[in-house]
Amino acid sequence: MSARLASRFDSEPLIRLAAAAAFLLVWQIGAGLAHSRLLPSFTAVLRAMVLETLSGALPWNLAITLGRVAAAFTISLLLGCALGIAMGRWRRLDLLLDNAVTVLLNLPALVIIVLLYVWFGLNETAAIAAVALNKLPSTTIVLREGTRALDPTLDEMAVSFRMPRWRVLRHVVLPQLVPYIFAAARSGLALIWKIVLVVELLGRSNGVGFQIQIYFQLFDVTMILAYTLAFILVVQLIEWGALQPLELWTTRWRR
Amino acid sequence: MLRLHVESKSFRTAAGGVLPVLGQIDLTLGRREIVALVGPSGCGKTTLLRITGGLDPAFEGTLAWAAGVMPRIGTVFQEPRLLPWRTVWQNLLLAQRSANLKLASDLLRTLDLSGSRDAYPGTLSLGMARRGAIARAFAIEPDLVLLDEPFVSLDPEAARRGQALLLEAWRARPTAALLVTHDRAEAAALADRILLLGGTPTRVLEEVIVAARARRPAGEIS
Repeated sequence: MSARLASRFDSEPLIRLAAAAAFLLVWQIGAGLAHSRLLPSFTAVLRAMVLETLSGALPWNLAITLGRVAAAFTISLLLGCALGIAMGRWRRLDLLLDNAVTVLLNLPALVIIVLLYVWFGLNETAAIAAVALNKLPSTTIVLREGTRALDPTLDEMAVSFRMPRWRVLRHVVLPQLVPYIFAAARSGLALIWKIVLVVELLGRSNGVGFQIQIYFQLFDVTMILAYTLAFILVVQLIEWGALQPLELWTTRWRR
Repeated sequence: MLRLHVESKSFRTAAGGVLPVLGQIDLTLGRREIVALVGPSGCGKTTLLRITGGLDPAFEGTLAWAAGVMPRIGTVFQEPRLLPWRTVWQNLLLAQRSANLKLASDLLRTLDLSGSRDAYPGTLSLGMARRGAIARAFAIEPDLVLLDEPFVSLDPEAARRGQALLLEAWRARPTAALLVTHDRAEAAALADRILLLGGTPTRVLEEVIVAARARRPAGEIS
């Protein structure tokens, strides 16, 4: 029994690796058969990525994009959490802002981006604000639902022991919201990656989005895929290196 | 230390009606007195406890404290209500206004929880978690302890043990206490005075003075 369990755990990364290898193999063979400039092989893309990395262009543009992602992510998560918790706690604030949040949630990303560029100019502030504003409403809604689901008996316990406000927030409220915050962070990061590139394409002169636009005009699919590949690697790195360890640490009491 | 007069208390039903729960009830509590409220389930014992603790101010009547200010109250809820994401030790300290590590560790020893100090509540048995909640209530140096069926749904052995340890904690630092229970034997084992509740709406049917015993040195009640 334990031997079977152990072998299952050992084989888990192997299965993941096999899936990735199979995908790359299909890609490589397919590209060889198609023999077209529009579907470069995996090795060609990898070579382009390495060359672009050595030239410094890829790290430079990737760093700029990452900076924008980090700024927009931080702003939207902090504001969205604060707003969501407040709306979940206070019915009046919820009534006041509910419509605005719904409208913002359904407004196309492109409209927000274009309007902010028109009103505030083609600058960094407008770019980051546009991305953050696109993410804000969904974070708010997730955290509002989480706050509504808070355990009232623990609330009452905190009141009966007359716990100070910040202590209640830190030790009673936030630990209950951890799963909601992680859900908002994961879906938020995914959304922000996508929107940041559009924002760069429309109004910035650097970053991965801008590079992809250039290579689109040159019809250089190899370089587009090289940037995409670098992007995928970074996303995976953040998931494995930051999100998963952080999640394990915050839910250690469950084990 | 406490003089509570309830004229009436009712709840609004989902259908919009009014459901009377408590009738006229007078309750006094001495500074080191343990009073037990005994009655059938659903008769409003917990409601009376919540009114006393200030958690339910919507009632007809008056709640008066001896010094004119609300004393420090440690509450033991029916479910332990420990924070599951904090250790037993952290749960005690988080309840304290200012940290009193000595008292907290003394209480863990008294309630036989020293070995579970750094355990998360989810890993404790119900009996241990209940004792953790009792330790937390005493950890804030309370003037009054409210206990809502602290040993319900434990096996008799664990309940007796809990009662003995509760008395030990009380002896180390005597306070006023209000104990809700439906178990008359438990009430007799712990309380100085028992109020038998019943009727609709609920009122005090009978008051029983428990004879002083060795566990409570004479002259402690005032």
